[in-house]
Amino acid sequence: MTDTLQKRPVLSARGLRKTFGKVVGLRGVDLDVYPGEVLAIIGDNGAGKSTLIQCLTGALVPDEGTLELDGKQVSFKRPQDAKDVGIETVYQSLAMSPALDIASNMFLGREIRRPGPLGSVLRLLDTKSMRQKSMEAVQQLGIRTIQNPGQRVETLSGGQRQAIAVARAAAFGSKLVVLDEPTAALGVRESGLVIDAIKALRDRGLPVILISHNMPHVWEIADRIHIQRLGGSAGVITPSSHDMTEGVAIMTGAKTL
Amino acid sequence: MTATDVETKGPAAKSRGATPLQRAQHILHEHSWVSPLVLLVLSIVVFTILNPAFAQPRAISLLLQQTAVIAALAVGQTLIIITGGIDLSVGAAAILACMSSALLAANGVLPAPAAILVGVLIGAICGLLNGLLVSRVKLPPFIVTLGTLSVFTAITLMLTGGSTVQGDEMPSWMTAAGERVPLFGLDLNVGIIVVALIYVAVGYALGFTAWGRRVFAVGDAPEAARLAGISVSRVLVSVYLVAGVIYGIAAWVLIGRAGAASPNGVVDANLASITAVVIGGTSLFGGRGGVVGTVLGALIVQSFAIGLTLVGLDDEYRVLAVGILVIAAVAADQWIRKVRS
Repeated sequence: MTDTLQKRPVLSARGLRKTFGKVVGLRGVDLDVYPGEVLAIIGDNGAGKSTLIQCLTGALVPDEGTLELDGKQVSFKRPQDAKDVGIETVYQSLAMSPALDIASNMFLGREIRRPGPLGSVLRLLDTKSMRQKSMEAVQQLGIRTIQNPGQRVETLSGGQRQAIAVARAAAFGSKLVVLDEPTAALGVRESGLVIDAIKALRDRGLPVILISHNMPHVWEIADRIHIQRLGGSAGVITPSSHDMTEGVAIMTGAKTL
Repeated sequence: MTATDVETKGPAAKSRGATPLQRAQHILHEHSWVSPLVLLVLSIVVFTILNPAFAQPRAISLLLQQTAVIAALAVGQTLIIITGGIDLSVGAAAILACMSSALLAANGVLPAPAAILVGVLIGAICGLLNGLLVSRVKLPPFIVTLGTLSVFTAITLMLTGGSTVQGDEMPSWMTAAGERVPLFGLDLNVGIIVVALIYVAVGYALGFTAWGRRVFAVGDAPEAARLAGISVSRVLVSVYLVAGVIYGIAAWVLIGRAGAASPNGVVDANLASITAVVIGGTSLFGGRGGVVGTVLGALIVQSFAIGLTLVGLDDEYRVLAVGILVIAAVAADQWIRKVRS
């Protein structure tokens, strides 16, 4: 995507720095996410991928540096702050309650109540509309194997659960969806389900940050690839400018940009 | 259509190729109240065959009268167990509320309705204390409530010196829960109706409000609940607080049932309430269950007591039967939970 350079970034981070005691997690990292792109973040263990993501989603507060969302400066003290402005995160560990059904999980923490006194006085949940909206969100991502939003999550496969998590993020993330190793715990066929969901997400124009160790997945769906190395940024490449071997070489320090 | 599609079409497709046993397991897993319902119907049928007096209105009225207090305490216990906790202080908190309000009313410090409200308030404070220790100080519920069990019991003894407040020492409001209410040909009382209303209210809150969903989520997957933006500690405090309020109301029902306020009023409340919850199909691991099962569980235990007496067996057989039932219920829960994998 060459035209992204002319667009204004949705999220823009400058000089992010985070230390844990004497350990430097991030040493001044810049990052831009443009509208409608999939930005992958790759890097070796300990390169600062997770720290970077946590600073972008409010799970960690950076020591230094600025964050701009749509050109306006923001700062997140808690994950809820990032959620409130439309940044949704899908975590590696399946952030689902297995005993609850799909719709209840989708709307966990932001349940919809019935209109009128039934909702305002009796606090009655609008189960029907939550189930309907859950199905819409799932179908928009092309997940065809889920048909009953009243089904308990524990009866779903790992891939289906992760796909629901992506659908939930897509339904509520108005600005940006962040995926932290979404396929790490999944088999090949299961990963396919999640990858398709991410593609559907991108096709709807929502920008996506994807952290992954799986290089074929990254080269399959990323528009640009941000490489983290030793707490700093080693550069940004695209799947067409560099092949997988070169990417890994930059990641491990065997080659520099 | 790939193999995944076929495998994952949902419960309908899943049960198509399943054995009857797997299908039963699935139904029991979806609806935790089904197994206690089957057990209650079975025990009623068996005891009625053994002694037809069991199905008479008199025996049924007695069953409901005897179940009411434990059933009320078990509602609070259910809420706490759904969050993955346990409350060993349930009986001690109820007795503290019971004795405080009885003493206030008997000594004329407060008019009876105010004394009853103070009892509810004391129950609420007991619950709040447990809730804060569990959620803010992050101590295990078992330890917290084991400690407060002793604390509440000790305070009760300090207040009362161990003596009972007789019914005729108190204004009639204090024992009003024992007032007879003939209904549907049964001999009910005010207490039974109050307990029934508690069940309706808590059943509604658990099943049909966002609070209920969050209570289950907190018990089932606290980390997922936190990531969804739910304040886990606030939900926990609310659960222990609601449980405490219910204990306070149960304390008044207890005075009406006994016709007096005694420090030894519900000595077996801890085990009896946990037994009712467990037999009722609520999982001790949290996240699964409900109050419908609990009332059935409480009725099962009491129906054993009445049924075995009518058959002519001594109380130790009831104790034996309940013990076996609890172990069987937990074993059944383990088996039902296997449906996950």
